[in-house]
Amino acid sequence: MTSRRYAVLPAGRPAEFPPDVRARIERILSRYPTKQAALLPILWVAQETWGWISREAAEEVARILELSPAHVSGVLTFYTMYNLEPVGRHLLQFCTSISCHLAGAGGLLEHCRRRLGIDLGQTTADGRFTMVEVECIAGCDRAPSMMIDDTYHEPMDPSKLDALLESLP
Amino acid sequence: MKSEPVLLARVGRERSQAIDTYLADGGYETLRKVLTGGWTPEAVTEEVKKSGLRGRGGAGFPTGVKWGFVPKDTKGKPVYLLCNADESEPGTFKDRLLMEEDPHQMLEGQILSAFALRCHTSYVYIRGEFFHGARVLQRAIDEAYEKGFLGENILGSGFSHDVTVHRGAGAYICGEETGLIESLEGKRGQPRVKPPFPAVVGVFGAPTIVNNVETLCCVTHVLKRGADWFAKIGRNEKNSGPKLYCLSGHVNRPGVYEAPMGLQMKELLFGDDYGRGMKDGRKVKAVIPGGASAAMLTAGEIEDCPLDFDGLAAKKSMLGSAAIIVMNEDTCIVDAATNLAKFFSHESCGQCTPCREGTPWLHRVLSRIEAGEGRAEDVELLEKISNQMGNGITLCVFADAAIAPVLSSIGKFRDEYRYHVENKRCLVGPRAAVEAVTA
Repeated sequence: MTSRRYAVLPAGRPAEFPPDVRARIERILSRYPTKQAALLPILWVAQETWGWISREAAEEVARILELSPAHVSGVLTFYTMYNLEPVGRHLLQFCTSISCHLAGAGGLLEHCRRRLGIDLGQTTADGRFTMVEVECIAGCDRAPSMMIDDTYHEPMDPSKLDALLESLP
Repeated sequence: MKSEPVLLARVGRERSQAIDTYLADGGYETLRKVLTGGWTPEAVTEEVKKSGLRGRGGAGFPTGVKWGFVPKDTKGKPVYLLCNADESEPGTFKDRLLMEEDPHQMLEGQILSAFALRCHTSYVYIRGEFFHGARVLQRAIDEAYEKGFLGENILGSGFSHDVTVHRGAGAYICGEETGLIESLEGKRGQPRVKPPFPAVVGVFGAPTIVNNVETLCCVTHVLKRGADWFAKIGRNEKNSGPKLYCLSGHVNRPGVYEAPMGLQMKELLFGDDYGRGMKDGRKVKAVIPGGASAAMLTAGEIEDCPLDFDGLAAKKSMLGSAAIIVMNEDTCIVDAATNLAKFFSHESCGQCTPCREGTPWLHRVLSRIEAGEGRAEDVELLEKISNQMGNGITLCVFADAAIAPVLSSIGKFRDEYRYHVENKRCLVGPRAAVEAVTA
């Protein structure tokens, strides 16, 4: 079971979007009739900017969109793809839903666990990899499916995974 | 004999995503015909009604009828069209293919649908994991703007339309249409009380139609080749048109297959054009015909089983998202049910008590049976919990979906559950052999 996080962690320093990113935010806002509707897209922008979304970043988003920090926090903790704490350089996302499960996703996950010496939700000491479990990612015909960062790798098996883990910086 | 593909006709061709290849294949001619050929929005809606097209997202509601629910007088409010590209039902992967391989097919259907609805702003709500799909779609939208198929005064018709890609961020419930609407408004994706239905009060308080990716692709073909042509494809007029089937699990050739609505399940599993039989020659034990939310069928039940809305309803299951998940005789049914229960437990939005409390409870009880710690009363307990969750006592159908695999697997494999509880181990499957040695 993946850990559920109900808190947005502080980074300890203020967050401010760089000017070019601010311009991008303005363009996003122009596509919606309300500021609040741009919340998910702008949280994505925050994640792309800092790699994760700290409490300070969430507060900055709240300020730009004229929302309460509590609302932003509530939204952030509802969705699973926003990182509420720093993650490794590569996010290993293992699908374990039914079709991948039938195709041996459990064994693949166990193999990775042993190889990296970390559990789900943890990051390797060198900061390269974070392992998470995800629900069905629509790769069922190429099971077991997984994503590394924003790219699908399917079908996956232990030796292919080993080679990938070697090659990633 | 396999029929000519319609929805997948362009998939696999070189640069199938690019607008020049789409135009070369006659793309956007239908949009031109409708926008500049004297069609009224009402005539488009009528054509879609006449085709018998039923929504491809899961519920199978007639698309044209749904459009007809938008009030004639919207009291000055705009009408919104939302494309549901949140494809998250376990076992489903057809919309990903449609968007990644032929985005203009969907986009043309979306603009045609928007015209029928007098809608000037639409969004594609695409699940967050589809990074690649979102990029392909955005490129297609940019191309459509450049060529004048989107934006102000499209093809000189006076009709204007804007499309925006909106990425989700990981939440199954946002595939439920009011959950999707809440999410698009920048909130937690928790479903709304209905009525009012979205066609009357939807996103931003305005009339809203939510249609699935495959549905919008079908709209393109209904208007291209006519409602009569569409209605003649398939088993009967209530189950019409071409259909994509997502085949996964223990078959030789999993994949997305297109066939006329009502393809026989056995043809899909064993036919040379489709699944080509069971892997390693094993026997079928159970099949989930419509995604994780659909009741399982036994090997006996897949005899004479047309894969369409009414064919599966007759078997007390559903076509759902047409995700056919095949399990062979070595599959421990308790293990499979535990996996499905974990999914629903993780994805419950937490709004309604029976679902928020019931889904993790089902998962806990199933997990302990699977782990060999089941209690004598556990099977009945699972049924009791399920019966306290279902039958429409929650705001959306999620709870009913969550109990379907539990109740159907117990109902059809009760002896295996009992064996598991009494012998503290699996009857079949990879763990059964190991446990038998250590017992």
